[in-house]
Amino acid sequence: MSKKKVTLIQEFLKGIWKENPILISLLGLCPTLAVTVSAENGLAMGLAATFVVISSSIIVSMLRKIIPSEVRIASFIVIIATFVTIADRFLAAYFPDISSSLGPFIPLIIVNCMILGRQEAFASKNGIGRSFLDAFGVGLGFTLVLVLLGTIRELFGSGTIFGIQVMWDSFHPWAVMILPPGAFLALGLMIGASNWLNELGEKK
Amino acid sequence: MEEKSKIETAKPKKKDPRAMLQKLNRKPFLLKSSPHLQSEYSIEKIMRGVILALLPTTIFGVIIFGWHALFMILVGIFTCVLTELLFNLISGKKFKLTDGTSVITGLLLVLTLPPSFPISGVILGSVVAIFLGKMIFGGLGYNVFNPALLGRAFLQASYPVKMTTWILPNYAEADAITGATPLGLLKFENIFTSIKPLILGNIGGTIGETSAILILLGGIFLLVKKYADWRIPLSYIGTVFILGGIFWLIDPTQYPNPIFHVFAGGLMLGAFFMATDMVTSPVTNKGSWIFGIGAGIVLITIRLFGGLPEGVMYSILFMNGFVPLINRYTQPKTFGRLKNE
Repeated sequence: MSKKKVTLIQEFLKGIWKENPILISLLGLCPTLAVTVSAENGLAMGLAATFVVISSSIIVSMLRKIIPSEVRIASFIVIIATFVTIADRFLAAYFPDISSSLGPFIPLIIVNCMILGRQEAFASKNGIGRSFLDAFGVGLGFTLVLVLLGTIRELFGSGTIFGIQVMWDSFHPWAVMILPPGAFLALGLMIGASNWLNELGEKK
Repeated sequence: MEEKSKIETAKPKKKDPRAMLQKLNRKPFLLKSSPHLQSEYSIEKIMRGVILALLPTTIFGVIIFGWHALFMILVGIFTCVLTELLFNLISGKKFKLTDGTSVITGLLLVLTLPPSFPISGVILGSVVAIFLGKMIFGGLGYNVFNPALLGRAFLQASYPVKMTTWILPNYAEADAITGATPLGLLKFENIFTSIKPLILGNIGGTIGETSAILILLGGIFLLVKKYADWRIPLSYIGTVFILGGIFWLIDPTQYPNPIFHVFAGGLMLGAFFMATDMVTSPVTNKGSWIFGIGAGIVLITIRLFGGLPEGVMYSILFMNGFVPLINRYTQPKTFGRLKNE
């Protein structure tokens, strides 16, 4: 009965900050670290993952009484893979540049634990409406962190944001930020900053 | 919390040792970061000693590379101290100007940079060294990696070209001439440099690494004063000498002789001033040997078989990562322990 206490709006908002898939749960780090060399890539990856998590959450929630619990993981994967294929083909058809720069990481959304985690932990136990709001919130939280991380790395690593020059002319880009160490550094600092903000909030 | 309240509520009796201690000394608990023990050493004193030991090579670097080098050193030190100060202010820690460790970090960082490095890069490296290298871990005594080397590694990854553009010593002449370091010459052009300029320092290189004899002078001062553990430089340089010697005996035309290895590049500076950093080196004697030998093996591997001409920075950072493990496995046996335990 405890779930009745959670209002619908809370169901949606919790994925953005309180249970943010990256900053709090540390799920789906592989695409997070690998593709965020630019804000554009982060946005594309975030939107693709959001589409997949919303669609598969709705389907899993609809089928939750039919799927036998013994084969539920396999069933979730098949459902997720369906939508990942749709997203992958859509990007390849309409945004070939982004599709090629994201490379294998779009198909790899299938094994993104953030998405499978929502099916296992939420969509298979809740109704369609709540599952949709939950998936939407988590997807939005995922996208926001990816865009922010991509922006930070692009700003310092190339001096641009979404491809537009923002740093002054004499600024020497820090090549390390668009290399793998920069991803770990930036994400670590972001997680540290979010924990710090949470602590500040608790103190008040 | 419970224990604390107990201590506070327990009223000191007449023969309570704590009360007696309080009578003797108003501050019974002296709170300081390591090194502990009551001795004539303190962080401030040791740091003054290290600065003094670094002075000869610093002055020499300024003389042979010109005013830009001096400017870099001042900016590096200033930025490091300022970063520590700002972090302490923001995080609400006790306001303290500096205990000298940030000055050392800034100085060491700049001494490992090429003399023509841009000032903006010096500032970036200093901020990274103190913020990511030290304060984020909890400040002095908690950092895993040597802060100065961490800052340098960040710069190496950020500005790979500028970090490997060397100018030759020009004795304050107007025109700077670019040229390679002896290790670079060896790696990319297979030219051997003779030993004498390496010892005197009339070669290309970072600001503080060129003159082996002046670094040795400062290093011996540290060892005599016991501000640094002699085991680490000895095992580090010794391993480089022996391993380099083995390869030299195998093929003298391809590999340089071991004396070259010892005096070239940043080995002297790294062995005496960076590997011996008290926070990031092992606390046990056996551990110090393992640390130095490990760093020597990594260094020779990078110099002879890696893609980079020099590997002092990576060898020390690499071994820094092992220090907690080394400390754990080299604990001395406790007195009175049974054999089978």
